[in-house]
Parts: sequence; structure tokens; C-alpha cells
Amino acid sequence: MTACVSIENVSKIFGAFTALDNVSLDIRAGEFIVLLGPSGCGKTTLLSILGGFQSPSSGRVSIAGKDMTYVAPAKRPTTTMFQDYALFPHMRLVDNVGFGLRMRGLARAARDEKALGFLDLVGLKASAHKRPHELSGGQRQRVALARALAVDPDVLLLDEPLGALDLKLRRQMQDELKAIQKRVGTTFVHVTHDQEEAMAIADRIVVMNQGRIEDFGPPSEIYMRPRSLFSAGFMGEVNFVSGRVAAADASSAHVETPLGSLALPAKNFTASAPKAGDRITLTIRPEHFRADDKAEGPTVVLGEARVAGSAFFGTHYRCHLQPSAPDTRALVAHLPQSASVREGEIVPLAVRAADVVALPATGGHA
Amino acid sequence: MLRQISASVLSWAYLALVYAFIFLPVAVLVLFSFQDGRLPVPPFNGFSLQWYEAVFADRKLMAALGNSMVVALVSSVISVLLGFLAAYALARYKLPGSALQRGLLIAPMTVSYLIIALGLLSLMNALHVPLSLMTVGIGHVVINLPLCFAIIYASMGDHHINIERAARDLGANDFKVMALVTAPMLMPSILAAFFLSVTFSWDEFIIAFLLSRFDVTLPVEIWSMLRSGLNPKTNAIGSLVFLASVAVLLILELSLFGRTKKQ
Repeated sequence: MTACVSIENVSKIFGAFTALDNVSLDIRAGEFIVLLGPSGCGKTTLLSILGGFQSPSSGRVSIAGKDMTYVAPAKRPTTTMFQDYALFPHMRLVDNVGFGLRMRGLARAARDEKALGFLDLVGLKASAHKRPHELSGGQRQRVALARALAVDPDVLLLDEPLGALDLKLRRQMQDELKAIQKRVGTTFVHVTHDQEEAMAIADRIVVMNQGRIEDFGPPSEIYMRPRSLFSAGFMGEVNFVSGRVAAADASSAHVETPLGSLALPAKNFTASAPKAGDRITLTIRPEHFRADDKAEGPTVVLGEARVAGSAFFGTHYRCHLQPSAPDTRALVAHLPQSASVREGEIVPLAVRAADVVALPATGGHA
Repeated sequence: MLRQISASVLSWAYLALVYAFIFLPVAVLVLFSFQDGRLPVPPFNGFSLQWYEAVFADRKLMAALGNSMVVALVSSVISVLLGFLAAYALARYKLPGSALQRGLLIAPMTVSYLIIALGLLSLMNALHVPLSLMTVGIGHVVINLPLCFAIIYASMGDHHINIERAARDLGANDFKVMALVTAPMLMPSILAAFFLSVTFSWDEFIIAFLLSRFDVTLPVEIWSMLRSGLNPKTNAIGSLVFLASVAVLLILELSLFGRTKKQ
């Protein structure tokens, strides 16, 4: 089963601390949503409010169109998968997975059959009669997933479920989680602070910071066209270059920066339309510097820079570049494996105008 | 080398002395319960089971044994149940003055049994409640509840909170969470509390003496036997009481440590 979720103007205040500040979010049925942000950004509080473990100070939560704001966890079409798995230590796996069905009054034979089916889904049918302490971390994780799915929730809430696993197992579980979500079709809301994990599994990512939603969209959109400086910085390495809009019309804007001036399409101003005189910050991903390779379409050259250092990272060279223009900060560029860069060399700073995103200079940590 | 040997001999001798000091009285008691003669004092005249026969033939003694069992089991079940509920409430909910409430629950442990018995005796008189096995049981709940509460409360960790939350999330109501999740998870400490209460109630004398009337528990019956002088029969019943305590201890050891090893 699956359902859409709607969060309207939800705030949560703990004494003097605002954990959630007027958050609104619409999740479609069957979507895999990841709430991403640093610790203390409010993502776990939002998940608890969806699960019914906390109620918002103000605002409204509805699932499948029904108001759920003050409904108890047991009465919601949601189940939560906890960070520490929270398996029942005294029960066999089949009883753990069947617990929710038992609470719904299913007879033993029927619930055992269904529980075995879900254990099969996560590849643990053969261990059905073991107890949780006999399992590894990854296996417990799977049991917790099977237990949460066994009651056919409309929405599954996952609270940093992969946090306790080592990196390799984590990547493997991400793929499994995504595959299982596709199979069952349930709406998943997953909390994490790992941006790679978010990109690996999400249909859409919600970037949160200080109780507010900074950005919301598919992973590629969030990465390529972030709508806030925080979002740009949190989703991976990025260079910030301050600038000013010199002139703007409906389709493009002329921007002046210490590195030089360039024309940007108006749609690259993701937060608000450009106006002449606006102070802005340009965000340029390291891999968008093209060295002097002109093969991939027209580029803009933002002056020259000296290579202050470079290291080979396998997929690319990571270089520190010091622009020749005065009063400018060093930039990080990822140049292709084929590029031959030497320290001290002077390279042109070439970027495609379409890759550069312009955001308002105020607000954010740049 | 010599020093090492003498040190080890000394430490073994010390250990033997400690155990002798603890267990010699019991060993003597058990030995002279088999005395073939009228006095439970040396010399040991020979082996006989006549005093055990006499014990099992003694209707009053057997009735007291039964009474003791009933009081021990019933009062322990009530103590564990009340202790568990109090521990659950104080560990899981924000209650007004919870530190004070915890203190009040544990406070009876510091009061002597004699004072508790006197207090209960005058309370029962004031309320016109006739003295009976029930009043003895009430007295035993008063002394064992703090113990049960302390043991169970100490084992209620925060790591159980998410597990209970998960149960609630899957549709369990408060009662089912307690009965199907919390209590089974805490079973080792619940059993420890139960068996300790049973042994405390089993050989408790002062409260049982002051709060009982016609039906008495075993320690009270033994005390009244002792008034007519020493006699191998008292040794025999004493040995049986000791045997029962050992049995409870063994059950506790096996059920509790068997479980913790598994988990």
C-alpha cells in the first residue's frame, strides 16, 4: 500500500529552541524521499512528527488526505524503522516480523506465513527461528525492515537506518533498500546526513538546515541547480565566487566578479530572478572547470589561474587553483584524468555558463 | 619458591576457614538431624531418619510449612507485580516528584523489620483487621516491594525505550507493550526479584510472629518448638528449611544465568 503525505506549515518548538520552522512539504504516493541535513537540522523531529511520536507545536500533517496531526503512532498508516533497529530481543525473527500482524488479530498460522514471506523478501527466511542476538548488524537491519513492512504501511519512516553499518555494507544496503521500495511501492521517508546515500536512493531529496527546508527536488536538480548556498555546499564540494548583477533582462544577466565578467542565462538564477545591482554568489562545482578543453561546447573564460597543487584521485585530478586576479580565494577544480597539469602551470579558468548557478549573496555561510 | 608455596597454602587455608565459619553451623545442624538419640549434641550416636519421620508426622509443623509456602509465593508475586509497575511508571513517564517517589519506595528497606511489624500491628488493630496469614503476607509485601522495585528499576535501561516504541508503532496498546515486550525483556531481573523475595519471606520471623495468630508460618512454629528445649526434630525441620532455600537459589541461578548467557 502507499499514500501521499502532506505537511502544512509545521513548526515544533522546544522551549527556546525552534526545531522546525514553518515547514511545508508535499510527498507523492510511492516516492522515495530523503530528508538530508546536518545533525540538529530538524530532520529527525520531522520524521517523529510524521510517525506520531511527537506532535507539532503548530501546523498540520495529513496522510492520504486524512488529518493525522494528533493521531497516535499505532493508529497511523505509518511504521518506523529505528536507528538501533529496536528488535524484540526475546522473540524469534518470525515472531518479530509477525508482531504487528499479531496486534491486528491475525491467527498464528496466517501471520507466520506472511512473516516468512517478508523474511524471504529480505533474504532471511532460513533464519526465521533464530533470535536477533544471533544476527549481524546488516541482518538485524533487514529484519527491522521486514517487520516494518509486514503490516502493509502506506508510509515507511526510516530513521538513519544505515548509520551503524560500515561503508561497504551501507552501499549494499542502499541498493537493496531502493530495490525493495520499488517492489513494494510504499512511500519511503528516509532520514540521513550522508549526501552520497541520499543521492543513491532518493527520488527526491529534502535538504534541511536549522529547522527549515533549504531545497527540495530530484538529486540531479539539487546538485546541479541548488536553490540555496547551504544546499549547494552540503551536496558536495563547491566554489563560491561573489559578484554583482550589472544588467539583467528576461532571458539573461550580465554578472561582474573579481575574476572577470560573464553572461548567465536567467534560469541559472535558481532562487530569484536577477535584478541589476543585486549582490550574488556564483556556485561552481569543481568538475565544471574545463581547463582549456573547448570540445564540450562554448565556454566562458574567467581569467587565468596558477596550479597551486594537484593530486590524482583515480576518477580525476583534484587541483587547487590560485586565480591571477587580485583579492581572490583559491578554487578547487576536478580536471579529467587525461589533463596533464603540473604545479606552477598557468591554466585558463574555463566554465560553461549553463553550469554556473547564481544565488543571492545574503543568507548562508559563504 | 618456598615463599610462593607457603603463600598459596596460607591463602587456601584462609579460604577453608571462611567457608568453615559460614557453613559449619549448618553442617552441624544437618548432621545432628540424623542423630540416633534424644539430644542434638555430640557425640554422634549413629544414623537415623526417625526425626524426619517425626517432622512429617507432625500435623502442626506440616501446616506451618504449607502456610509458609503460600505466604512466600503470594506475597512475592504481589511484590514483584507492584515493584514492576512502579519501576515502569518511574522509568518511562515524567511523574511529579519522581526522585522523592523513588526514595519513598525504597525507604522501607532502611527500617528494621521490628519497627515495620510494630507499625503494622498497631495499624491492623486500629483498623480492626484480625491477624491472619493475610496480615503476615501484607507485612512481607511491605519489606519485599522496595527490593523488587530497586532490582527491576535498575534494569530498565533507556535502550528499551525504542523497542517499546516500535511495539506501540506496530499497534500494541500499553498493556500489550508491558506484557509482551517490557516484562519478557526484563525477565532475568523479574525472576531475580521474585526468588529473592521468596527466600526473604520464607525465613522471615519477626513480622510473621507479630502479625499472625492461629495459623503461623514455619519460622514461628520452629520458635515455639524451641521453647520446649533442643531436640533433633528441630534440626530436621531446620535442615528442610535450608534445603528449600538451596533449591530456590539453584532455580534462580539456573533460570537467571542460563538466560543471561544466552542473550
